Amino acid sequence: MLKIRFQRKHLSIPYAIFLILFIILPLLLIVYYAISDKTGAINFSNFVNFFKDKNKLGLLSFSVIIGLINTILCLLIGYPIAMLLVNKKYNKSKVLFLLFIMPMWINFVLRTAATRDLLYWIGINGGEMPYLATMIGMVYNYLPFTILPLYTTMLKMDKTLIEASYDLGARPHQTFFKTIIPMTMPGIVSAATMVFMPTMSSFVISDIMGERKISLIGNAIQFNFDQSRWNDGSLIALIMLLIIVIISLLTRNIQKQEDARGSIW
Amino acid sequence: MVKKIFAKCYIWLILLIMYAPILTLFVFSFTESKNIGSWTGFSFRLYLDMFKNEEIMTALLNTILIAVSSALVSTVIGTLGAIGIFYSKKKTKKAFDMIGQIPVMNAEIVTAISLTILFVFFGVKFNFVTLLIGHVVLTIPFVVLSVTPKLKQLDPNIYEAALDLGATPKKALWGVVIPEILPGIFSGFMLSITLSLDDYIITAFTRDNSFSTLSTYVYGATAKKGALPPTLRALSTILTLIILVVLLIINAKTKNQATIKRHKDVR
Repeated sequence: MLKIRFQRKHLSIPYAIFLILFIILPLLLIVYYAISDKTGAINFSNFVNFFKDKNKLGLLSFSVIIGLINTILCLLIGYPIAMLLVNKKYNKSKVLFLLFIMPMWINFVLRTAATRDLLYWIGINGGEMPYLATMIGMVYNYLPFTILPLYTTMLKMDKTLIEASYDLGARPHQTFFKTIIPMTMPGIVSAATMVFMPTMSSFVISDIMGERKISLIGNAIQFNFDQSRWNDGSLIALIMLLIIVIISLLTRNIQKQEDARGSIW
Repeated sequence: MVKKIFAKCYIWLILLIMYAPILTLFVFSFTESKNIGSWTGFSFRLYLDMFKNEEIMTALLNTILIAVSSALVSTVIGTLGAIGIFYSKKKTKKAFDMIGQIPVMNAEIVTAISLTILFVFFGVKFNFVTLLIGHVVLTIPFVVLSVTPKLKQLDPNIYEAALDLGATPKKALWGVVIPEILPGIFSGFMLSITLSLDDYIITAFTRDNSFSTLSTYVYGATAKKGALPPTLRALSTILTLIILVVLLIINAKTKNQATIKRHKDVR
């Protein structure tokens, strides 16, 4: 009998099988359903028609806009927070930072429902103001994910460069835009990708906060599958996937660090 | 000085706004009123009701069950995978890195429906195993991401040394490599647990509908009745307090270790 000699690289076989069965194969099925019609025959017309359909293009651009607004709001609120938290003058303990990212551990459906109930109490009714309520819900959910990567990048930032910039006669705003922002770029990009793509594809927050009056890409995918329209649902999923691939290729060079979620433990 | 006050105000104002929903639930968890905003006298009724509510208790148990079991599976397959990849050729490494990153980058809804399609396509009934697979897909990349850096720090000679001293390859792995990368394995496990506990989307698409977790229970309750059921105010308060205590303990511990290490370095 042939006996295979144990080698360390063989240890990855179960992982490889798992990746093929449950990551690659499902994605191939999505691609198949996206480019085929109800009878199962390969047919690219679905794919082409998507880009001619005004409603679907509207859905896509609306999701992109909501994603962008949320990314900008989270960065505007989160960037100063992260700067203050790493500044020894204002904050010496790590506890305050932990408080800012603790919502990540609180069940997110529960948190979102609590936010909606509070807004309802103070008069912001998701049924009447779905856009405002959804936007608030998005910022609530993604702010911790913005602060975490910004904070970790700023901790590693070389502070002598900031002093050098002052010594060389730069004004505060010049130092900020020409020294601090470029140095924290990896953190900004990592925060932006962690907010932008999940916002576009989320459906729980828009469902709960907007009382089902707001439809993002995520809602559309979920709705189509709910109605057993696999081809349409898969098509939208494939387009979402393509957007993700493009963005991650574009940001790959700036964002060398691993996913920031990995650094919470 | 003015700057300092302004900075502190900004930090605490944002914190207050961030925690306002949780704090509101906390305050109104001590009254029996139907909705938040109306106070009908102090009482611990909601806490008693919560512990007696079978649906909530089953959902909690299910949440923990799936979190622990999926974290165990992810940690075992992921750790072995990371070790295997580390000792593979460069090309294989690259392929693994790329494919392993897919679930991290991908939108959760896309991952979720791709699994639904897979199971329906092959006629698999949704049950605990399909849910388990869903959660392992969600968490396994993070185990690999946590273990790989520890392997890079490992002294390559110690494995060889163990073999030279007569250990079999398996013994050398168990006795030498695994203990060295244990911190990475542990953080991968903890990360898996937290991701699984928080998950709604993958759970909703891969579970058998009679199996409810905390997320699906809350989602169902708010979708039907609108406002959160009062007992969930008590639940939210207890969960938040547990998380707060755990975080503070971990923070104190890491601080302690840091000081011990500094003392050792000085010596």
